[in-house]
Amino acid sequence: MLHFARWKIVAITLTCLLGLLFALPNLFSKETVQGWPDWLPSRQLSLGLDLRGGAHLLLSMDVDDVRKDWLDSLRDDTRRRLRDARIGFTGLGVQGGGVHVRIAQPDQVDAALKELRGLVQPLGNAILGSAGDDIEVQRGAEPSLLILQPTEAGMQQRVTNAIGASIETVRRRIDTLGTAEATVVRQGWDRILVQFPGLQDTAQLKALIGETARLSFHDVHHSITGEEARASRPPPGYRVHPSAEQEGAVYLLRETPVVRGDQLVDAQPGFDQRTNEPIITFRFNQSGARTFGRFTQENVGRPFAIVLDDKVLSAPVIREPILGGSGQISGSFTVESANNLAIQLRSGALPAKLTIVEERTVGPSLGADSIEAGSRAFIVGGVASLVMVGLAYGTFGLFAALGLVINAVLVVAVMSVLGAALTLPGIAGLVLTIGMAVDANVLIYERIREELRNGKSPIAAIDAGFTRAIITIADSQLTTLAAAIVMFWLGSGPIRGFAVTLSIGIFTSVFTAVTVTRLLVALWVRSIRHKSRTVEVPI
Amino acid sequence: MFPNFKGFDFFPHDTRIPFMRFKAICLWASMIAMALSLGLFFTRGLNYGVDFKGGSIIEVQSKSGPADLADVRRSLGSLGLGDVQIQEFGAANDILIRIEQQPGGDQAQQEAVKKVTAALGDDYVQRRVEIVGPTVSGELRTTGTIAVVVSLFAIILYVWFRFEWQFAVGTIVALSHDVLLTVGIFSLFQLSFDLAIVAALLTILGYSVNDTVVVSDRIRENLRKFKKMELNELLDLSINETLSRTILTGVTTFAVLLALFFLGGEVIRNFTLAMLLGILIGTYSSIFIAAPLLGYTGIKRDWSGTEKSKKSSAVASRA
Repeated sequence: MLHFARWKIVAITLTCLLGLLFALPNLFSKETVQGWPDWLPSRQLSLGLDLRGGAHLLLSMDVDDVRKDWLDSLRDDTRRRLRDARIGFTGLGVQGGGVHVRIAQPDQVDAALKELRGLVQPLGNAILGSAGDDIEVQRGAEPSLLILQPTEAGMQQRVTNAIGASIETVRRRIDTLGTAEATVVRQGWDRILVQFPGLQDTAQLKALIGETARLSFHDVHHSITGEEARASRPPPGYRVHPSAEQEGAVYLLRETPVVRGDQLVDAQPGFDQRTNEPIITFRFNQSGARTFGRFTQENVGRPFAIVLDDKVLSAPVIREPILGGSGQISGSFTVESANNLAIQLRSGALPAKLTIVEERTVGPSLGADSIEAGSRAFIVGGVASLVMVGLAYGTFGLFAALGLVINAVLVVAVMSVLGAALTLPGIAGLVLTIGMAVDANVLIYERIREELRNGKSPIAAIDAGFTRAIITIADSQLTTLAAAIVMFWLGSGPIRGFAVTLSIGIFTSVFTAVTVTRLLVALWVRSIRHKSRTVEVPI
Repeated sequence: MFPNFKGFDFFPHDTRIPFMRFKAICLWASMIAMALSLGLFFTRGLNYGVDFKGGSIIEVQSKSGPADLADVRRSLGSLGLGDVQIQEFGAANDILIRIEQQPGGDQAQQEAVKKVTAALGDDYVQRRVEIVGPTVSGELRTTGTIAVVVSLFAIILYVWFRFEWQFAVGTIVALSHDVLLTVGIFSLFQLSFDLAIVAALLTILGYSVNDTVVVSDRIRENLRKFKKMELNELLDLSINETLSRTILTGVTTFAVLLALFFLGGEVIRNFTLAMLLGILIGTYSSIFIAAPLLGYTGIKRDWSGTEKSKKSSAVASRA
């Protein structure tokens, strides 16, 4: 155990030096490190949100919203397909998770089935091959009834796409809040995790991502009012929408919009020139401008409705054709809400509503306090451990203490390289690792003492101490590692930080206790042997 | 080249403390403590934090002078948010507000915090906000429970694999004892029990099994060495032989945790408290529960089939 091949000594020394090199940037300010030559490592330990301050928001996407949207568009597609094929139908509507339609002529059912199967899209891709279809078209209980039903796999792909689109949109909206390095990632099946370092007031962030901001322009029903439609039943193809302005007021609007918000190319907050109220001015893209122009041309003197997230913002009367492709939206905005809505319109609508299911925000002052408290505890705890082993084991204790310092340096180096964030529980994990790393040394040295008492020669005792203790060390560290892995899997934010430092610490502490300390002891033995033939173990 | 000085050997090495003489008392005491903990858990319950119960925590700091708790209590009491706990947090100008979970799903929690922030006005700076909605708290409860159970099983499987089943039984009982007692103390004093405490419990499991493994290792070694020794005597010997290590490691870890407890800040105080308790309980359990149980479950004494036994029999005869 005490013989080290030359290459091993070199490898161990190199590992320690590399660790030192990678931990080095943390001793300097960010500006200094950026001025360093390229070949020097420049990655610093990244601090978790609880230390640097910032917001952690977990958003949950409304999957039912995605399903409903899909069914709505399937219904529209069904209508268009059947009309184009000149197949008569009745009772087209969304029912129990599928689109139901009745074909008027029994002899056209087969033709309709063939036509509607044209809507089916295969899933999967060229590499993985087909993974089934996104929807199924089946005959219903009655001979004339056809049902279009989304498949489970189709729904999964829809949700995945919707999450992807939501992440893009959320990122675009967040980017308007500043240049901080916010991260937006998918978590689990229907969740999005937003981490925004440095942000303290989350009100605007939440206002920006709290609305889907789906804007559309609708035709208002010519003769039936909203109230009448609510009292009876809306005619097919029309839907009753509540007003965003007046409590209780409703409008009867055509379901299929004239133009949608995705046809906007720009939206800016501004002020109405006459009333001086905050408004939003917008511009359509070319096709949007053409469609909207044609619509206003044909409907001069009649109202149209501007709908945001199913609520009617306003229903102005068209005084003259709007051909320029730009317009404005009014509707009792505040300066702030107009600004937020403009951002939302510019960055696009969310495919489904996002709800905040978890929020953890730490202000910068608490973060700074935590850093201070954490480093103080780290220094005091670390020094206490060093003094303890130094006192208990003399020269060998110093070797162990050096091993502990190298251990801490290595943990910092590994975390800097991996980009793992240091959290407050992470600091606790680091301190605890050092406390527990002492255990490895204690096991070895106590064993050496015991072997000496049993009358073994010093060299044999040292050798036996390391050999025997290593198995016990491995046993004890492996079980702690198992717990740390479970914690990582369990954990959100801070707990993960604890698990990460603990796991890294387990590997580095085994390395330092078993290898670095052993090397130091071996070198000591070699230096002593030169001087005298009798070795007294200073332990 | 190297400084040469001898260490202080703090602990006497030839202790012959008859631990096994206390085993009946200790096992009974532990069993009663475990039963009491279980009883507390089921009657008094745990003071679950927002992670597991849902709801919100707001930590605020007064901008000028010490915070007026009575005033805050008055202004928040009228908001109709149900149970609102207000307490000083670490310093006189720091307060922690806990709002119970609001009916009406995830969005309702957000509204409640908005109301509180508005009611507090400009006199306070927000230091921390934690809002956990009903969906997430439910999930965290499940994963928290699974995590503890899975770690227990992983550790037990490992011990079973490395030692004989008798050791695994001792470990199961010792670990369950540690978890139960820590939970019991949290229930008794109604300390806030959140995700961090579960992490602490897992660390305690790791530490306690570490202790148990060291003692078990030595027991196994001595079983091979001293074939004729009476089992209780052998267990005593093994515990005594590892006692200096148990105490030195325990004291170091405890000292480090004390530093964290007093200097690490209010946010992780409960977390370190749980670990301090766990280290004490874990050290106790590996000496007074895991080892004595071996005396009851009986253990394989005949190792003549294994290759090591021949070598060690020589040592045994010397002893």
